Amino acid sequence: MTQLPQTTDKKLGLVIDLDTCVGCHACVISCKGWNTENYGAPLSDMDAYGAEPSGTFLNRVHSFEVQPDTGGCAQTVHFPKSCLHCEDAPCVTVCPTGASYKRSEDGIVLVNEDDCIGCGLCAWSCPYGARELDQTAGVMKKCTLCIDRIYNENLPEVDRVPSCVRTCPAGARHFGDFADPDSNVSKLTAERGGMDLMPEQGTKPVNKYLPPRPKDTLEEVDASAPILTPVSDTPKGFLGWLDKALEAL
Amino acid sequence: MHPAPSVIFFTVFSGLGFGFLAWLGVGIPAPQGWVAFPYYFVAFAMAVGGLIASTFHLGNPKNAIKAFSQWRTSWLSREAVMSVLTLAVMGLFAAANIFLNMPIAILGIIGAVLALITVYTTSMMYAQLKTVPRWNHWTTSLLFILLALGGGAILAADSLGTILFVGLAGLTQIYVWDAGDKRFAKRGHTMETATGLGGIGKVRMYEPPHSGTNYLLSEMVYVIARKHAIKLRIIAFVFAYVTPIVLAIFSSLVFGAYIIALVAHIAGLLAQRWLFFAEAEHVVGLYYDKR
Repeated sequence: MTQLPQTTDKKLGLVIDLDTCVGCHACVISCKGWNTENYGAPLSDMDAYGAEPSGTFLNRVHSFEVQPDTGGCAQTVHFPKSCLHCEDAPCVTVCPTGASYKRSEDGIVLVNEDDCIGCGLCAWSCPYGARELDQTAGVMKKCTLCIDRIYNENLPEVDRVPSCVRTCPAGARHFGDFADPDSNVSKLTAERGGMDLMPEQGTKPVNKYLPPRPKDTLEEVDASAPILTPVSDTPKGFLGWLDKALEAL
Repeated sequence: MHPAPSVIFFTVFSGLGFGFLAWLGVGIPAPQGWVAFPYYFVAFAMAVGGLIASTFHLGNPKNAIKAFSQWRTSWLSREAVMSVLTLAVMGLFAAANIFLNMPIAILGIIGAVLALITVYTTSMMYAQLKTVPRWNHWTTSLLFILLALGGGAILAADSLGTILFVGLAGLTQIYVWDAGDKRFAKRGHTMETATGLGGIGKVRMYEPPHSGTNYLLSEMVYVIARKHAIKLRIIAFVFAYVTPIVLAIFSSLVFGAYIIALVAHIAGLLAQRWLFFAEAEHVVGLYYDKR
C-alpha cells in the first residue's frame, strides 16, 4: 500500500560521517556486488566495456569542495549518497501500483519489483536521486538497507549489517535504530549534530549525516622562539666563565 | 527533466481529446446520428492515443493494470481511474447520440466534468512534485485545464470558447513562464542545503561520483538545447495561442479557419510541452552542480 505508516516500530537507517569518509568508493562496489548477486533484478551496466559506460547503482559517492566563510583552504568532503528511508517518503505515495512501500515494522522503504511498471514517477519525486530505473529490467531499484543481510540468520552476526557499513574501511558508516535513543546511531547523531539533507523538502529523512568537525586553528607563535631564547641572562659558575671567555675573544 | 516524446504526445493529445470530450458533453457542438461519429472518433482517438503513448514511457508495461489500484495517494493512479471512467461515461453518451439519436444531457454533463477532472489529475502528476519547483504550483494545473478547454473549443469550432479559453491560457502561460523561471531560487534549494555543508561555507563540485552518465542525469538533469528556449517560447506562444485566437476572430472570413487553428495550436503545444519538460530543473541536479 502506498499510504505511509503513521509511525514505525523501528527506524532503521544509517549515519554517514562526512569527517571520516575518505572517498574510496568501497561502499559503492560492495553495494553493487551484494545487490546484484542476491534478491531481485541484477543491477545492470550499459556499454560496460565501451566508450560511455553507465549503470545502476544504489549508492554513489560525490566529492565536494567547501570554501570556508572564514577564509583559508577549501575542505574536500567525500559524500556518499543512498536512500535516506524518509519518514515522509514522497516516492511511496506517488506510486500508482503499490510497488513502492514503507515497512511499518522497521521503516525501510522498498520496491516490490513484481508490481513495478517502471513509470519512474518515484524517481522524479525523490530529491536525493536515490532511485534508479534499471535500464535492462525496466524496474525501479533502490537501497533496501540490505534487508537480506540484516535479518539473515545464516550469516555470522558481524555480517548482519548493510554491505556498505560492513565494508567501509574508515568506519564512516554506521547502522542502527533511530527510534531507540540509546542506539549507536542516535548517540552519534546527538553528539555530532547529525543533519538532514535538503530539509526544506519536508521529507524527514531517517539517515543522518555528521558534518565535518571544525578545523583546528593554530595560535600565532614563532616556531623557533622557544629554542633560541637564552635560558639564563646572567650565567654563573662554569657557564659564566665560558661566557666571559668567549666574549673576550 | 528529459522531454521524452511519449510523454509530450501523451499530455498534448490526451489534453486535447479530453478537452473536446468536455465540449461535446455539454452539447457544443451537439451532432446527432451518424454525423456525430467523426466528432467522437476524433475526441476518443486523441484521448486514447495519448494514453497509449504514455505507456511507451513505462519500463515494465506488463504490470500496467495494477496502476488502477493506488488512487488513495497516487495522482498517476487517479489519472488512470478517471480517464477510464470518463471514457466509459462519454462512450455511453456518444453511443446514445450516434446509434439512438438520443442526447442524454445529464450523462454528457457528468462526462464533461469527469473529462476536466482527468486533465486535472494529469496536471497534478507534475504539479505535486516538490522536487521540480517550476511545476510545483497550482498554475500548472490551471494552464493544463485552460489548454484542454481552449483546444477543445478549437476542435468544437466555437469562436467565443476559443477566444476566451485560449486567451486565458495565454495569459496564464506568460505568468507560468515568468514565475517558473524564478521559483527554484525562491524555494531556496542550493548545493549548500543539498549537502548540509553550508554551515562551513560555499560548496562546489570537486568530483562527480562517476566518469560517465547515469539514469538520474539523463532523466532528470536535462540541460541540452535550453539555449533556444526564448525562441521556442516565442514560437510556442505565436502558434499555440495567438494564431488560433486571430483565426477564431476572423473565422467567418477564412476558409477552414479551425483546421488551420488546430494545426497551429498542436504545433505550438508540442513546442510548449517540450519546453515544459526541458526547462524543468530537478533539485537532484544540485548534487551534480548541474540544473
